[in-house]
Amino acid sequence: MSGYLSGVIAILGINVIFAYGIFVTAAAGQLNLGGAGFQAIGAYGAAILSLEFGLGIWAAIAAATVIGGLIGFLIAFPILRTRGVYMVLATFAFAQVVVGIVLNSNYLGGSMGLIMSDYIETGAIIWATLGVILFVFYLMSTPMGLAMRAVHDDEPVADLMGVNNRAVQVAAFALGGAITGLSGALYAYYFGFVEVQYFNALLSIFVLLYVLIGGTQTAWGPLVGAGFFTLIPEALRMGEDWRFLIFGVLIVAMMILRPEGIVTRDAVDRIRARLSPRARDA
Amino acid sequence: MPDPILELDGVGKHFGGVVVLQDVSFHVARGARHALIGPNGAGKTTLFNVISGVFPPDEGTVKLNGRDLAGVPSRRRIAMGMARSFQNIRLMPHLSVVENVMLGQHARQGLLGQLKPVGLLPQARERRAALDLLDAFGLDAYPGQVVANLPYGIRKKIEVVRALMAEPELLLLDEPAAGLNPTETAALRDFLMEVSARGVTLLVVEHDMPFVNSLCEHVTVMNFGRLIYDGTAAGVREDEAVLEAYLGHRRKGATNAA
Repeated sequence: MSGYLSGVIAILGINVIFAYGIFVTAAAGQLNLGGAGFQAIGAYGAAILSLEFGLGIWAAIAAATVIGGLIGFLIAFPILRTRGVYMVLATFAFAQVVVGIVLNSNYLGGSMGLIMSDYIETGAIIWATLGVILFVFYLMSTPMGLAMRAVHDDEPVADLMGVNNRAVQVAAFALGGAITGLSGALYAYYFGFVEVQYFNALLSIFVLLYVLIGGTQTAWGPLVGAGFFTLIPEALRMGEDWRFLIFGVLIVAMMILRPEGIVTRDAVDRIRARLSPRARDA
Repeated sequence: MPDPILELDGVGKHFGGVVVLQDVSFHVARGARHALIGPNGAGKTTLFNVISGVFPPDEGTVKLNGRDLAGVPSRRRIAMGMARSFQNIRLMPHLSVVENVMLGQHARQGLLGQLKPVGLLPQARERRAALDLLDAFGLDAYPGQVVANLPYGIRKKIEVVRALMAEPELLLLDEPAAGLNPTETAALRDFLMEVSARGVTLLVVEHDMPFVNSLCEHVTVMNFGRLIYDGTAAGVREDEAVLEAYLGHRRKGATNAA
């Protein structure tokens, strides 16, 4: 595998995991515009646990994932008091606070960042990505996943059907924090350094776009969205100057033509029906 | 009434200065088909919301199977045997028919049940139960379809089947016949008779009087948040207060003049 190709695959894997972290909260009806903050927590968590506490690679990655989940769990309580656009702003503010803390902390390397002492290869990222994809598909196939989608669609009715909306939303936030934290830890180990400038507002916006343009109705959405956003700019590299213009036009076209995301429930059903005529009953 | 499943006693509710329910007391007998009727704004849907726990009553008590529901969160009531449908269909638009119906099982599933990958197991017990129930009511033609694409009458029935999936003892139906044509209304009546035959008590808010008369044996009438009649379906047509609520005041001497 060429260095370029393996680099693109690693970034794709990290972005896919990142997108799934945002997707699980979006599937339960909450938009998280603080993705970069959660990813920074995972990246810095892995870096500090490795550099200061001497944890091995996989122990540090696992611990960073748990930290991401814990912070997601704790932050869910104040954030879930807000709704709609205010929730989006609250998550956005959370990410800015994380960045502000890192920038002003010498322990965390401030604006200079931290240099890792261990590395992982693309192969490890591929396995982690497959694991997360399988986990999210599993989750969405359970009654718990069904309850998440019910909360997304109609909270009062979900409540009357016996769903504990608040518990589902908090769980989704914690899970999202964990998965996003995992993507940050993998990022730190793959690139060998963490710098806070990377975890900026644009990153939060981009990952939310992966999910919204990919589609939030099925677990295929983030995969397609992250793939679209990671691979299309690479494919457009040949027309260097026009790259971002073409990309921008593509995004606008997607929003006009597929307002509910590239992959919708209907689309998945239609593809399934074509593949096997009896699958419609499933 | 020997064995009431639902007992309302002195229920009152106001929103700010507007009194919506005042001293509403009546019982629903176990196994009954009981209608709740009244002109628009009489407080029927508000009463449904109080019974199902969307908001608490300001006064009075609501008892299900003899148990006071005060302080019981709305999401726990379905496990206690009470399910409801809505005036405007409230199916989950992005879920398929069978997924909507499976949502009705939620209250009966423990934590382990919540984590079973039902969607990946075509023969899962949960899915079979939902398909069987749809089949029993002749709705087996569309299990995999997203509900948003289905006709109105079908969606109405699916909403009732979803509530039935919870195996309720008491089913609250808010205007089930609204928006249906006469053929569909007749089909709905047969459908609800079947539901009733399974031993489910029905409390039905409805405007369509021929529908009410053909389905329910007991009628409670409300007007301006108060109960004005509670008795047999046959007696309601003779009741002065009910006639006045629906048709207005009979002027003194009007009968003589006519």
